[in-house]
Amino acid sequence: MSKLDSKIPEGPLADKWTNHKNNMKLVAPNNRSKIDVIVVGTGLAGGAAAASLGEMGYNVKAFCFQDSPRRAHSIAAQGGINAAKNYQNDGDSTYRLFYDTIKGGDYRSREANVYRLAEVSVNIIDQCVAQGVPFAREYGGLLDNRSFGGTQVQRTFYAAGQTGQQLLLGAYSALSRQIGLGRVKMYHRHEMLDLVVVDGKARGIIARNLITGAIERHSAHAVIIASGGYGNVYFLSTNAMGSNVSAAWKVHKRGALFANPSFVQIHPTCIPVHGTNQSKLTLMSESLRNSGRIWVPKKKEDAKAIREGKLKPTELSEDERDYFLERRYPAFGNLVPRDVASRAAKERCDGGYGIEANDTQEGVYLDFETEIRTKGRQAAFAQGDHNPSESKIKELGKKWIEEKYGNLFKMYEKITDENPYETPMKIYPAVHYTMGGVWVDYNLQSTIEGCFVAGEANFSDHGANRLGASALMQGLADGYFVLPYTVSDYLANEIRTGKISTESPEFDEAENRVKETIDRFLNNKGKKSVDYFHKRLGLIMWNKVGMGRSKAGLNDAIKEIGVLREEFYKDVFVPGDAHELNPELDKAMRVADLIELGQLMAVDALNRNESCGGHFREEYQDSEGETLRDDKNYKYAAAWAYAEGDATKAKLHKEELDYEFIKIAARNYK
Amino acid sequence: MATTFINITLKIWRQKNVNAKGSMESYTLDNVSTDSSFLEMLDQLNEQLINQQKEPVAFDHDCREGICGMCSLYINGRAHGPDTGTTTCQLHMRKFNDGDTIYIEPWRSRAFPIVKDLVVDRSAFDRIQQAGGFISVNTSGRTMDANAIPIPKSDADKAFEAAACIGCGACVASCKNGSAMLFVGAKVSQYALLPQGKVEAKERVINMVRQMDQEGFGNCTNTGACEVECPKGISLENIARMNREYLCAAAKAD
Amino acid sequence: MSKSALLKSSIAKKYWMSLTGLFLCLFLVGHLAGNLQLIFTTGEEGKRAFNEYAYFMAHNPAIKILSYLTYISIIFHAIDGIMLAIQNKRARPIPYAYNNPSANSSLASRNMAILGTLILVFIATHMANFWWKAKISSDKFPLHMKELTVEDSNPMTGQPQKVNVKLYLTTSGDYVPVDQLEVKNNTDLYAKGVDLKMAEGYKDLHSLVFAFFGHNKSKEGFPVNDMALGAVLFYVISMFVMGFHLWHGFSSAFQSLGLNHPSYTPLIKKAGYGFAVLVPLLFAIIPILIFLTK
Repeated sequence: MSKLDSKIPEGPLADKWTNHKNNMKLVAPNNRSKIDVIVVGTGLAGGAAAASLGEMGYNVKAFCFQDSPRRAHSIAAQGGINAAKNYQNDGDSTYRLFYDTIKGGDYRSREANVYRLAEVSVNIIDQCVAQGVPFAREYGGLLDNRSFGGTQVQRTFYAAGQTGQQLLLGAYSALSRQIGLGRVKMYHRHEMLDLVVVDGKARGIIARNLITGAIERHSAHAVIIASGGYGNVYFLSTNAMGSNVSAAWKVHKRGALFANPSFVQIHPTCIPVHGTNQSKLTLMSESLRNSGRIWVPKKKEDAKAIREGKLKPTELSEDERDYFLERRYPAFGNLVPRDVASRAAKERCDGGYGIEANDTQEGVYLDFETEIRTKGRQAAFAQGDHNPSESKIKELGKKWIEEKYGNLFKMYEKITDENPYETPMKIYPAVHYTMGGVWVDYNLQSTIEGCFVAGEANFSDHGANRLGASALMQGLADGYFVLPYTVSDYLANEIRTGKISTESPEFDEAENRVKETIDRFLNNKGKKSVDYFHKRLGLIMWNKVGMGRSKAGLNDAIKEIGVLREEFYKDVFVPGDAHELNPELDKAMRVADLIELGQLMAVDALNRNESCGGHFREEYQDSEGETLRDDKNYKYAAAWAYAEGDATKAKLHKEELDYEFIKIAARNYK
Repeated sequence: MATTFINITLKIWRQKNVNAKGSMESYTLDNVSTDSSFLEMLDQLNEQLINQQKEPVAFDHDCREGICGMCSLYINGRAHGPDTGTTTCQLHMRKFNDGDTIYIEPWRSRAFPIVKDLVVDRSAFDRIQQAGGFISVNTSGRTMDANAIPIPKSDADKAFEAAACIGCGACVASCKNGSAMLFVGAKVSQYALLPQGKVEAKERVINMVRQMDQEGFGNCTNTGACEVECPKGISLENIARMNREYLCAAAKAD
Repeated sequence: MSKSALLKSSIAKKYWMSLTGLFLCLFLVGHLAGNLQLIFTTGEEGKRAFNEYAYFMAHNPAIKILSYLTYISIIFHAIDGIMLAIQNKRARPIPYAYNNPSANSSLASRNMAILGTLILVFIATHMANFWWKAKISSDKFPLHMKELTVEDSNPMTGQPQKVNVKLYLTTSGDYVPVDQLEVKNNTDLYAKGVDLKMAEGYKDLHSLVFAFFGHNKSKEGFPVNDMALGAVLFYVISMFVMGFHLWHGFSSAFQSLGLNHPSYTPLIKKAGYGFAVLVPLLFAIIPILIFLTK
């Protein structure tokens, strides 16, 4: 096993980034126009990177599979973005954000990266405000904050329940400006289908124009992959339908290591599954846990009666409810980190206390009754009514809730046809985010030279569990404030390279590979749709590589996925042809990669004989059902090399995680 | 919310590509769960078509939670279907009845050419954005502290309401004139309401409107259809604000 | 930049539509105020009030400017409107197979172009029937005349007798006997046989209107319109169309000019609806009354 060089700069934690920046090479403005950079993905990380690099003067080509860069799935993030501004004066600091993130990640992330993230978090807010992101404000005109899980300070900036949207539109506006100025060329409805490596360096990509089906060659001096996460390996997730691993996986196939693939975040508050035709799961923002209390009935009979429709949740008295998060974790209560909350919900439902009338009975309540009363009373007092009536309290309380979470409540009602102001929301954990991803060093460069990976697509900052409101932070930090420096440092050696030709054996080979894959799918005489296989993959993953994992289950999963893979190639039917818009073909190529990835995830989970963060191995828990980490044997990032056809043959590279500045401890939210 | 299953007839616009001639085709679909979303119903149709070795219906969609703006569809004569304040992906089949015939058409606008079936090309919106839908600030992260300029909550809230636009194009689709003024008005308003955006407000509105006109959108006649059909409830106030901004900008321009 | 922005852009077209539209609303008020003279007072009083008003409108220099502005506004509003309608039509080359616009917009707002065209047709006929006849037509236009029966004594017999005297109303407010005068240049009253302008008469527009809408009181001057019922119906329908046009147009003009405010816009809308109902209604009542009181 070779040792991975994470290239962490020397020096004290707080100075690493500054020192590193001071010592990095630069590309002079007059040389930048000679250099091409490809950015794949235009979400927060990719959009921000493309805008920033374009602004600096590089020739940037940006790619997205959607019809516009504004549609990237960063847009769906609801709750907020963390930053160590300490505007609320409640003791926040760069160190505390750093510490919370490391602890939240269950000590499986890289110290130096996380510290840098916390450090630049403040710039993000400044930047976003400067570019017109309409964050929520207080009456005094200053920025408002809210609390999020896993922290004891208020450091989350937000724009109603649409923070991701506003931040993405901010990045999109910066990107649009560069496109308008001709410094970034935008290729929308284009999908990257291969990475071209020449002499060990990333030199371009093969992309398919999704409208015409044309296979295009694009060369560059550096390639940035910011294509998001791979939650769709579970079929049902909160990801967008088009979210996929393909760009990252192609990089992995060409030699980049893929780290911690099994680290998946299962978000506790999603709308439960309701039927077999369901195509995706919908998140209800974590911010709701600020105001909502999570419970199930204390008695199994009550849970059963609720499932059968014989009992309404509102008919149960306080004594008959089990506020299990408050019971188990009094210090953080309903605001424990996501993995903890999700597992606790699963534990209750596995125990027979679930309240949702679906096949798996998986659902718990998120109840706003208490908050409606508290806030209603406060509002009445603020209006000078010190003896408000019951109905007035409720009315004012609901109004408060509406102002804070109105859009989420409306969305819930649209989907479920239930009014969450009157009856508690039903929620259940769902796949939401993937902490794992392409292994990158401190400079966000993968093990392929010149291939950088940013945002959710890399593995770097969140360890085994991501704290709420940190994904937006990481995406923008990578795109705006890290890549422009580190990519420039790399490109400083490329100023004499000259234009990279797309007429080379490497490009030929890559293009042929892509064309072969397309032909193979279109000429397959199969019978079953891509979705049929994708759903089967999802079920295997959810049941065996989901919230609870066991050795036996993982072994099964590895086998089953292997079988599925064979069947997929034998029996998939892809209609249409290669020279037109063909969504089924797009899906087939994505699912092919997801199947390979799924198997690697199981291999990774099987390798990690410990429980940490979102990775819960049933064999490794304490008497109270909490995770049992094994720092002695597994305090490393597991970076896998690609193995064709069989993930069990993938070679593991370990990056030992050294905690110089933080005292590693058991994670405790009690 | 009892789940029931309904049988429906679908009349769907099929068109091979931008140059081909399209037509409405009829399909029947049985056992559609009323808990399904509209797009899940289309998934079901496509599954049925694929199982018959026929070509599935192409339609745009992505996040399926009403925020990315990728889904479109003119359903029974209305953008995003019969429900208000909703995108097609958040429209549920419980809004329909057993035996219903549902018409599904793409957005119809000269500025949104049809790519295939129900998929249209909305890059005109991107080009409008590129013409001025931004604040010209570099991404250094070192402009000034985010709290350096207090912004009245009401302005910030209004800017947010305008910024909530998801760029889906329902305004254009439902406007009898195919006008994009709600989209442009919302973007102009967002920045016009914030102190950071005021500096280049004049150039912005002139450039964005010029691009909008070049794209071949129709003119606004204040029918208000866009406001009603906008899934994010963007108000006509934003168009008025743009009109105001434009008047000032055009009058003062040199 | 500014020139094209203020002339050619889509938004500028809206300004011109709304400015001309609002000006025409003002014109409507002025026109209505005059028309109401037709029914507020009856008999000679009423006739006189109306004809004096008409004279004032035709001769006051300020009003003249306004009237030119009105013509320009109508032409501009119509041309601009037609151009917009053509552009708007072009913006959607393929119509929807199934459309349900009533779910999101009012009938009036969707049919402004058709309503406007109908109004234009009405204006054309209206001007042909009244404005053309009064202003341009070379036919001799009857002047405001009053018939009086005076007690007189027969110059031959010295017996008292009743004599019908015809008098012109002059712009100085006097009545002068018809038989001593002759009319030149339409309205100038000259002493018979002498080339001396004595006074100026009023064109009898009042009688023109009454005759047109079927009132048979005037014995000479204007023939009673055989198609009066049709004229009244056409007029009333046109006013209905105008009401529809205004129903949307009035408040829409404010929106186009950027005047939209959460607290005032509802008021503007209400005012617009009021205007759209009241003004055409009052206009329409006049011919109906004239027709009914014949």
